Amino acid sequence: MNGVHDMGGMDGFGKVEPEPNEPVFHEEWESRVLAMVRAMGAAGAFNIDTSRFYRETIPPHVYLSSSYYKKWFLGLEEMLIEKGYLTREEVAAGHAMQPAKALKHGKFDLGQVERIMVRGKFARPASAPAKFNIGDRVRAKNIHPATHTRLPRYVRGHVGVVELNHGCHVFPDSAAMELGENPQWLYTVVFEGRDLWGADGDPTSKVSIDAFEPYLDPA
Amino acid sequence: MSDHHHHHDHDHSELSETELRVRALETILTEKGYVEPAALDAIIQAYETRIGPHNGARVVAKAWSDPAFKTALLEDGSKAIGTLGHVSRVGDHLVVVENTPQRHNMVVCTLCSCYPWEMLGLPPVWYKAAPYRSRAVKDPRGVLADFGVQVAKDVEIRVWDSTAETRFLVLPMRPAGTDGWSEEQLAELVTRDSMIGTGFPKVPGAPS
Repeated sequence: MNGVHDMGGMDGFGKVEPEPNEPVFHEEWESRVLAMVRAMGAAGAFNIDTSRFYRETIPPHVYLSSSYYKKWFLGLEEMLIEKGYLTREEVAAGHAMQPAKALKHGKFDLGQVERIMVRGKFARPASAPAKFNIGDRVRAKNIHPATHTRLPRYVRGHVGVVELNHGCHVFPDSAAMELGENPQWLYTVVFEGRDLWGADGDPTSKVSIDAFEPYLDPA
Repeated sequence: MSDHHHHHDHDHSELSETELRVRALETILTEKGYVEPAALDAIIQAYETRIGPHNGARVVAKAWSDPAFKTALLEDGSKAIGTLGHVSRVGDHLVVVENTPQRHNMVVCTLCSCYPWEMLGLPPVWYKAAPYRSRAVKDPRGVLADFGVQVAKDVEIRVWDSTAETRFLVLPMRPAGTDGWSEEQLAELVTRDSMIGTGFPKVPGAPS
């Protein structure tokens, strides 16, 4: 979706402000939100792409004015309601009122913690040969799906060069909508700064994205 | 769990709306039997103690010291790091990109906040915030200037936008004046930002 989360190339957000000796969490509730998202994802309530899509659907004015973990919280709460794991009445009451919905991988208890300390695997067997080779020129498609995609707006329509082939991976555009993993070839595609940003672009800069094959046309 | 410490830190009236909502959600998830609060505590503890930039720093120091490991690391980051028993486990799809006198690498996630957690811990706020995410791809030298970092004008700046489940770790250049240093000594020079590409390693002998 063409949401406000797709920020690459936007102006007006000001300077980057690094915080010296930044703590891991600024508020304790942030840590609880992080842990709940990890736990409920690991328990099978949602996949990582669905959770990203719910954060992207937060209304733009709320997205921009909410802290990072507030966005995680808002996305988590809405997603769990819509997926039937809790109800709005329960959220309003602050207590469980309905029977639980079964989780694909069961309750997230202490015995589950270690397995989420290593990232999940996203590589999948290929069902067809890769269309592109290293060094091929490709054009990022001019597509504007209203649902989840990982093709940022700032590269759409632009020509780049295939630099790496990462194999076949779960396709986020499908997985986010719970339409299956639909594995696709994944490439690092590199663009010249000037091609993306015109004459004002830094001539010494190059930008790459990791692009799934359905995002690309031969150029 | 016996010590609901996070439920007793403050008087109820002092809690923000967000804190109240987060607590309510955890209560519901616990009452419904979805999560065990002690398991949430364990996740948090891991990110507060075990998983942080020291993991990535050890990998970088090893690459600076061991040419065969460096070659393997640049070939397949996940596989190479998997051979190091003393570093926390790493998942698939980690790509290590090398800074050279000709090229400076910088990592961003314009769409959300993808970051090599296992190597660097949880990302800092600036990495997840709009100014960095919006500008890193369009004006990388301007962003570097915000960090007080200058890269020579004839050096290519390569920005890696983490748009998939690949994760990127920058291998910075080894500082001069470190001949004969042990991996442990070298690791002390490796900063988090030097592995994101928004900083350089510390200079030997400079005040920290």
